[in-house]
Amino acid sequence: MDRATHCPGPSMSQKQEEENPTEETGEEKQDTQEKEGVLPEKAEEAKLKAKYPSLGQKPGGSDFLMKRLQKGQKYFDSGDYNMAKAKMKNKQLPSAGPDKNLVTGDHIPTPQDLPQRKSSLVTSKLAGGQVE
Amino acid sequence: MKCFSRYLPYIFRPPNTILSSSCHTEADIISTVEFNHTGELLATGDKGGRVVIFQREQESKNQVHRRGEYNVYSTFQSHEPEFDYLKSLEIEEKINKIRWLPQQNAAYFLLSTNDKTVKLWKVSERDKRPEGYNLKDEEGRLRDPATITTLRVPVLRPMDLMVEATPRRVFANAHTYHINSISVNSDYETYMSADDLRINLWNFEITNQSFNIVDIKPANMEELTEVITAAEFHPHHCNTFVYSSSKGTIRLCDMRASALCDRHTKFFEEPEDPSNRSFFSEIISSISDVKFSHSGRCIMTRDYLTVKVWDLNMENRPVETYQVHDYLRSKLCSLYENDCIFDKFECVWNGSDSVIMTGSYNNFFRMFDRNTKRDVTLEASRENSKPRAILKPRKVCVGGKRRKDEISVDSLDFSKKILHTAWHPSENIIAVAATNNLYIFQDKVN
Repeated sequence: MDRATHCPGPSMSQKQEEENPTEETGEEKQDTQEKEGVLPEKAEEAKLKAKYPSLGQKPGGSDFLMKRLQKGQKYFDSGDYNMAKAKMKNKQLPSAGPDKNLVTGDHIPTPQDLPQRKSSLVTSKLAGGQVE
Repeated sequence: MKCFSRYLPYIFRPPNTILSSSCHTEADIISTVEFNHTGELLATGDKGGRVVIFQREQESKNQVHRRGEYNVYSTFQSHEPEFDYLKSLEIEEKINKIRWLPQQNAAYFLLSTNDKTVKLWKVSERDKRPEGYNLKDEEGRLRDPATITTLRVPVLRPMDLMVEATPRRVFANAHTYHINSISVNSDYETYMSADDLRINLWNFEITNQSFNIVDIKPANMEELTEVITAAEFHPHHCNTFVYSSSKGTIRLCDMRASALCDRHTKFFEEPEDPSNRSFFSEIISSISDVKFSHSGRCIMTRDYLTVKVWDLNMENRPVETYQVHDYLRSKLCSLYENDCIFDKFECVWNGSDSVIMTGSYNNFFRMFDRNTKRDVTLEASRENSKPRAILKPRKVCVGGKRRKDEISVDSLDFSKKILHTAWHPSENIIAVAATNNLYIFQDKVN
């Protein structure tokens, strides 16, 4: 059977045999194996910036965290909702806008946006005894 | 077949047990898996707020060749969806964590938590039923006292085993933010619950009060730079706990030092080479799980691409770093776009702290032997698991020639992620949750 340890590319078992890198960090490994001099991470970053030029200069900062802290927030205004429903027949609704990080009052919920009613509480299928 | 032993001392037999739902809804997605302290019970929680407990069957003399399998023991609805009208907040019923209490009597106790509320559940067996009441007839209807002429003593008769789960305590309204961790203290009297910004200490007997022991909420929320991602008590020292952050740091705190443990006793952080910094650096350094070793001498942390082992006596760098799926480094852009970069993988120790395990994508999971430095990639999938065969190691290929059995990075299925795994406390039995399927693998011995 093939010794799968010799696969080309950053094979972990192979590296461990050759370089004893158990104390090497991810970033250091990156240096040892990159020949072009461009870290894949930086190349990926360039790709991302090309797609989203407005992406903030401070990554992983307040924006992400605020979004995380606000998970689950669902605002609903019945007046806005009914107005939007009426408008929907005629023209496009204003979209959520580029700043999706924070839920403001600007986004008017449409019937599609409203959370689906959760299904009735039923027994987990894991408990149904389907054992193979 | 013999070459698999090259990777690890253990050879895992594909499951006698795959428990699954063939057509699953989102509610069936398993969100947590945990063995109890003896390994006799295995609990799973899912997105629908349900808990299913499996029990290992006793090995009988008749079926020596079959190791004890896990069968369904009890199932109950732990949490239900809620809506906080005051804050316009939808509260998911998804079970974030389950932690068992050590067994102290015939009943089993576990803590289960969703984003906001922790509950203590008692799981007990009933296998006897009293019969022969004087005032009630067999159907339970009251008898006319005038018709009673003799008295009898009710007797306990055996009945079919019934396993009941009852909520004994509900610890609610203590968390403004989303609970990510619970941890039972070694004193067995207290436990902690941690959300994004705060950690609270509870006494099991008291539900209307908790002590706040960590608070990292800044006075001005605009200055928020990091959140708490996981927390755990030391396995033996009831005064010590650790918590990890989204910035890749771990703080160890001693509750004897002060009532509010905002100032850490130890601070674990690996220095980063500033020239390597990219947009993704902080995101992928965020620690998704932290676990003490059973010995209590080390902690293990999981960030997006690696698993690290830290010695509690060395704060400036980990003693061991293991690459889980470094090939994803060249995919970070698309992983950011599909949000996979925010996936929270867990990690576990085996009973002797010699092997660590964590999940990856494509239903792959990885094991690292700390002594031999060998590692293996295994797959939890129905197709590759024939009964009595052996789990074949998998290999991911990055560019270049792809061998027959290997899979290329571009073919990986990122919707099949193994976030939750568990290792039996003393034996080589592992539980792997692959979306809605639970795989239980046992070590081959014979």
